[in-house]
Amino acid sequence: MLLAFGAGLLPLMAGSAQAALAPGKTDGADTLLMLMGSALVLLMTPGLAFFYGGFTRAKNVLNTMMMSFFLMGLIGVLWVVIGYSLAFDGGFKSPFIGGLGQMWLNGVGGELGDAALAPGFNISASSFALFQGMFAIITPALISGALVERINFKAWFWFALLWSLFIYCPMAKMVWGGGYLGPFGEIGAIDFAGGTVVHIAAGVAALVATAIVGPRSGFPESKRPPHNVPFILLGAGLLWFGWFGFNGASYFAAKGAGFSFLTTTLSASAALLTWCLIEWFRDGKPTAVGAATGAVAGLVGITPAAGFVYMPQALIIGVATAIACYLAVTIKSAIKFDDSLDAYAVHGVGGTVGALLTGALAAPALVPADYFPKSAEILASGGNAALFVAHIKAVLISYGFVGIGTAIILWIVGATVGLRVTPEQEERGLDFVAHGEEAYDPMTY
Amino acid sequence: MKQITAVVRPSKVDAVKAALVAIDVVGMTINDVRGFGRQKGQVERYRGNEFTVEFLPKMRITTVVSDDKLEAAISAISEAARTGEIGDGKIFVTPVETVIRIRTGDRGDAAL
Repeated sequence: MLLAFGAGLLPLMAGSAQAALAPGKTDGADTLLMLMGSALVLLMTPGLAFFYGGFTRAKNVLNTMMMSFFLMGLIGVLWVVIGYSLAFDGGFKSPFIGGLGQMWLNGVGGELGDAALAPGFNISASSFALFQGMFAIITPALISGALVERINFKAWFWFALLWSLFIYCPMAKMVWGGGYLGPFGEIGAIDFAGGTVVHIAAGVAALVATAIVGPRSGFPESKRPPHNVPFILLGAGLLWFGWFGFNGASYFAAKGAGFSFLTTTLSASAALLTWCLIEWFRDGKPTAVGAATGAVAGLVGITPAAGFVYMPQALIIGVATAIACYLAVTIKSAIKFDDSLDAYAVHGVGGTVGALLTGALAAPALVPADYFPKSAEILASGGNAALFVAHIKAVLISYGFVGIGTAIILWIVGATVGLRVTPEQEERGLDFVAHGEEAYDPMTY
Repeated sequence: MKQITAVVRPSKVDAVKAALVAIDVVGMTINDVRGFGRQKGQVERYRGNEFTVEFLPKMRITTVVSDDKLEAAISAISEAARTGEIGDGKIFVTPVETVIRIRTGDRGDAAL
């Protein structure tokens, strides 16, 4: 039976299981959802730039924001030229990497760009390629939170480029492109909008990169409070707004998408509230930075589950993710690990908790066999316990692949262009050192 | 009594504060300032427009000490703020007529 909704990022690999799906017929409303979603997800990258920029010192804010903003240029080009093809083409007939047949988006959406994506999907293929490109941009940007105030910008350029090609594209293929980890593959894990592909991948990369690049000079004595807390709230607000595209539009069909919009915003609300209540009880005061961080944690947690759970489960995911991320942030500070802006503690931990809870809480009715054959089979035979085990496997494989791959890329970049600026340049501030600019120059008063 | 005005690198403020507190100089005021001495200026670029900015970021620390503590305070600040590179900053010493604590009306050294 053809379901009325698309339900999540799809497995594109042609297979016998798709025989059950009717040929796609491009629908204007569904395609418009993707175009709107793309614009929303794009806005998350400057939103993230503000979120991260608020945390750093005044002398490093432009460099911190550029580490995200610049990727709208670099990855924006890379995605069209080759990234999409590596993630979603089937040319190599591999469950780990796509192919080269759709470089320059050749053939995507047909001659007029309006051809439907695949059987069972009524969105245009061109809108899907655009939507996916926005995810490819923000994922490496998330990693920058672990490396701010010390990484050389040239090293960041090469790291982002190589990481996008050799880590992100294979991850997207494995989970969403009909590959090894996803609902058409060996493992059968489901990831609605990127809990694994985006947040675990970025978080684990951040963890490894923090260990390899090392802490900021003089850390932890040199730590300073955030230089602009209103920026943090502005950024978190833009991220929440954009997440309606990230999770909401990942439904791929306008009619049912109210559902993924609702789970997304409910989880964020629950996590914001949880984080503030924990602070209130422990420290006597709820903080603005805590509210912003809690909201982002809740959005991360619901990402893999947004279309697969009902409202009570979405609320549980928001609360659980906030508690887990709060603990991670606390432990990170206690062991003096300089994951400067909590890229692992929020995205890595939140993504992991979300992925595992998606396995434990996914509703079978929302995981239709036509779209998720392997996962539906797991659910039917072993229930949520079996899907939970599948998700543990997917998480472990992702940690291993991303961790080792990131270490290799950092080693190559470190050996060629060098990872860090000098301690003197750190002291001067990276805005001037890397860009020749200052955010708050008294000569402009 | 003497007023000490030290212009130092922003990264050395914590060290200078700790060094002064260690010799029982309590109370100081800091300002975020920009300036230049023998250091050269720097060039910034915004959309192709070049600006030569001769003022580099520094922190100004102001404190008042009794005469017998002056030399100890000067060496504490100097040692804490020195890197040996151009741009370590300067210390200015000026005489102070008196000091009044507003809350109690104490004057002179008792008000420090």
